[in-house]
Amino acid sequence: MPTIAVLDYGIGNLRSAQKALESVGGHAILTSEAEVVRKADGVVLPGVGNFGKCVDALRTTGVDKMALDAIESQRPFLGICIGMQLLFEKSEESPKHRGLGVLPGEVRILPESVKRPQMQWNAIHVPKPIPMLNDLDGKWFYFVHSYAAEISPTNEIVAATCNYGSDVVAAVQSKNIFATQFHPEKSSDAGKTFLKNFVTSCEGT
Amino acid sequence: MKSIRIIPCLDVSDGRVVKGTNFVNLVDAGDPVELAAQYDLEGADELVFLDITASSDNRETVYELVRRCAEKVFIPFTIGGGIRTVSDARKLLREGAEKVSVNTAAVNRPELISEIASEFGNQCVVLAIDARKNTEDVAQPTKSGYGVYINGGRTPTQLDAVEWAQMGERLGAGEILLTSMDRDGTKDGFDCELLNAVSTATNIPIIASGGVGDLEDFLQGVTLGSADALLAASVFHFGELSIAEVKEYLHSHSVPVRPTFKRN
Repeated sequence: MPTIAVLDYGIGNLRSAQKALESVGGHAILTSEAEVVRKADGVVLPGVGNFGKCVDALRTTGVDKMALDAIESQRPFLGICIGMQLLFEKSEESPKHRGLGVLPGEVRILPESVKRPQMQWNAIHVPKPIPMLNDLDGKWFYFVHSYAAEISPTNEIVAATCNYGSDVVAAVQSKNIFATQFHPEKSSDAGKTFLKNFVTSCEGT
Repeated sequence: MKSIRIIPCLDVSDGRVVKGTNFVNLVDAGDPVELAAQYDLEGADELVFLDITASSDNRETVYELVRRCAEKVFIPFTIGGGIRTVSDARKLLREGAEKVSVNTAAVNRPELISEIASEFGNQCVVLAIDARKNTEDVAQPTKSGYGVYINGGRTPTQLDAVEWAQMGERLGAGEILLTSMDRDGTKDGFDCELLNAVSTATNIPIIASGGVGDLEDFLQGVTLGSADALLAASVFHFGELSIAEVKEYLHSHSVPVRPTFKRN
């Protein structure tokens, strides 16, 4: 059973990510200890809330360095919701804060023409086959966000989109980094299928 | 695409689900976590737990409920009742709740909404509003014709329901759970006039609550009430309607819903 470090930087709801990973066969540990993160087979950066607050919390706890080390080590890395947005360079939500900057681009507020946050289930569109999203094209996931990564839907790192007024980036993949704007841990069966795929990718690392 | 969420609501008292009419006459309806897991399986989009006793001495029961629920339920859930401080909210969110709903404490101290929102984000603050149509004997009629009540509907306030919703949005509420006290438990349908008034005056999601009795009521909550989510309790708890039936009905009337994955 692969060990998954769920990075605990004091923000939001971590237990649900841990429980969902366990339900699909991962050994998930909530942690902010560098040694535990280093030994894990895969690493998850979850999170909800304000971009700036999360950046501050990452720095204060030293979890930013643990996340960057994990990404550098080529082990499977999963960012969820704000945990995805934190991987980009910056966010319109808190322009003074710098994200981890491992993905190119920035995070912008959703257009005024739609209700914000997008707080609902939405179907994802998977433009090209990706093992992590196997059988998940057209499946519904739970979203709750007012900001989203601003990258062209045709950019090669885009793994999935959803339509909310216009196309919104729902998931990205770049080498060992996978990140979702939706909450797989709260997306019932579809979410469990996705997390199972992630846990499987952590086996054999 | 906007999709409509179907949300079973579990009113919890001393660790059990209860349901009443017009906020009184409570009947036992089962174990909250078992019911919650069943609703997840049946395709519910979210769950709301309201701790209707919410006294300080039973807080441990509520944390225990949230912990058990986080283990068994893989859809978002909101917990409300007795949340008065940021630290109350923090504890519930860390135990596994997605959102907290505030009602009486927010009326008494509106900054509570912005305090929780700035700490955890707007998306995790649900402003629950219990509204009742002004009657002829009401001392001070409010502008929209609907007043706000607190303390489980027992205490009237000076607030107007629409204005309070707008203020809640400004303070950072991510969503409004709007209950019609006149319709609660009656099965006469949602108060679509109230829903529509609040929905058009704000730009955050509105959860319709109170009065749903049949399939057409669900549809009208969307078509006449402009609601973003539809909440119901007794029709689901007592097996009168299933979540799949509601979703199929809405879908057949061109309302986008997440299809249910499992059917019996």
